[in-house]
Amino acid sequence: MTTAASVGVVSPSLARFDTPLALRSGQTLPGFELVYETYGQLNADRSNAVLVCHALSGSHHLAGTYADAPGNVGWWDNLIGPGKPLDTDRFFVIGVNNLGGCYGSSGPLQINPATGKPWGADFPFVTVEDWVDSQARLADHLGIARFAAVVGGSLGGMQAMNWAIQYPDRIAHAVVIASAPKLTAQNIAFNEVARQAILKDPDFHGGHYYAHGVVPARGLAQARMVGHITYLSDDSMDEKFGRRLRHGKPIYSYEVEFEVESYLRYQGEKFSGFFDANTYLLTTKALDYYDPAAGTGGDLTQALSVAQADFLVISFSTDWRFSPGRSKEIVNALVHSDKRVSYAEIDCPAGHDSFLLDDPLYHGVLRAYFDNIAV
Amino acid sequence: MAYQRYDYEVIASWIQPGERVLDLGCGDGSLLKYLADVRQVRGYGVENEPDRMLASIRNGINVLQLDLEQGLAGIEDDAFDHVIMSLSLQAIHNTQGILAEMLRVGHEAVVSFPNFAYWRHRQAIINGRMPVSESLPHQWYNTPNVRFFTIADFEALCEQEGIAIREGLAFDEGKVVVEEPNFLASVALYRLGRDR
Repeated sequence: MTTAASVGVVSPSLARFDTPLALRSGQTLPGFELVYETYGQLNADRSNAVLVCHALSGSHHLAGTYADAPGNVGWWDNLIGPGKPLDTDRFFVIGVNNLGGCYGSSGPLQINPATGKPWGADFPFVTVEDWVDSQARLADHLGIARFAAVVGGSLGGMQAMNWAIQYPDRIAHAVVIASAPKLTAQNIAFNEVARQAILKDPDFHGGHYYAHGVVPARGLAQARMVGHITYLSDDSMDEKFGRRLRHGKPIYSYEVEFEVESYLRYQGEKFSGFFDANTYLLTTKALDYYDPAAGTGGDLTQALSVAQADFLVISFSTDWRFSPGRSKEIVNALVHSDKRVSYAEIDCPAGHDSFLLDDPLYHGVLRAYFDNIAV
Repeated sequence: MAYQRYDYEVIASWIQPGERVLDLGCGDGSLLKYLADVRQVRGYGVENEPDRMLASIRNGINVLQLDLEQGLAGIEDDAFDHVIMSLSLQAIHNTQGILAEMLRVGHEAVVSFPNFAYWRHRQAIINGRMPVSESLPHQWYNTPNVRFFTIADFEALCEQEGIAIREGLAFDEGKVVVEEPNFLASVALYRLGRDR
């Protein structure tokens, strides 16, 4: 057995697409760019490619570091690398920044060719389906007719699931982690609180804040705070912070008192320092709109009936934002449409964020599953 | 919990080629793998114990990690041709519930279990000790089993619950026991259906 190692220093690439992309909103992007990273080698018959789809705040930077930023480690580095569960000695792994993102792919931060100014709020709404279409263009660009697997957690899991629906003959395995077949009203409600915080920030300027030299940092920080609460479990927060007080006793002030307040403010401020508010808005809407069964009268079994892929569905016991029950809806629909599927419910205390951690059983399941994928 | 070959062969003989099956308490998935080889079945194992679930994934079996104590909620009626539970019924609290669920989601159920009234087990009790045998391999203090019942008990329960016994076989050391199975057989195997 090889020892697990880092993929080392990596660098992103840019692909430019000049054929217009029709979007589900009815708008059309005349052309677009996607930033992506790859790890490992594409084999001779191009059968070992694995696409990893990111969630709300993720990026194309899955693993390794950058020469000029050695501290910038990819967000799924614990999973992807030589000898790791998603083994880059066997697989050619691709990370892509989604359309509407803020890490270099076409999105609100980029220049709208029609105006010569940043798109800002004028960047069109994009959906999970649109992302999958754009990722298929990237697959064409890289000469990949069929992915060995498409993998994702949370919103990334929705993309993996939709790959199997939109391009059934281009995906052999779909790995859907900590995801859901569609958001509930409660889940949409959390996104709406986050959006309102951004939209009501005086620095938002209708989404054209770049021109004013400001960013709606307070709104974005607040949005992140709300989101962050929902990604953790009650128990994990209690264990991390409990009711611990900064000053050891109440000081009857709105300054930071409880440790959890300090943590949330820090997380919010950190996030608003690097993430784009327009991307946050667009991406939460993509989450809300996602409903693969919308076209089949709400029948998910029927929606999935076109899929040819083998599925692995994973949930986490303490994840209440994307609870095990939601994953079971996906599993049951796959069972009823006679698809190959395995389902693991990992007992992990960390809530929704568990999918980013390296629980031994979780990574054991992924390793065993990937090991069985013939390339 | 090691599966015996005779157990496999009898179960396979009750299953038609290409059936959809669900194997409850599938362990490492070896029965499903066998049934896929000899009967080309399509189906899923259910296994709640993490290490065994992982072993099934390693073996390339479709496995669903579900808690059988909570039944099979979410799986539609008649979704499977056969629902199998091999040597696991004695480890489940909700005996009546799971039997009803098996016959709800499957046209037929196949159940095997250790016979507590096997003569060696009776002998152990007479000697004042809980039985430990090939079919009941654990000590009383570490057994995963929670229900201790006999062939006669099981048949009485089927009668009470309106479960039709379509076929039944009893075994001792891999050989079929015809005479006095409740005394001479260590393991029983049934094919069950719904009474009209």
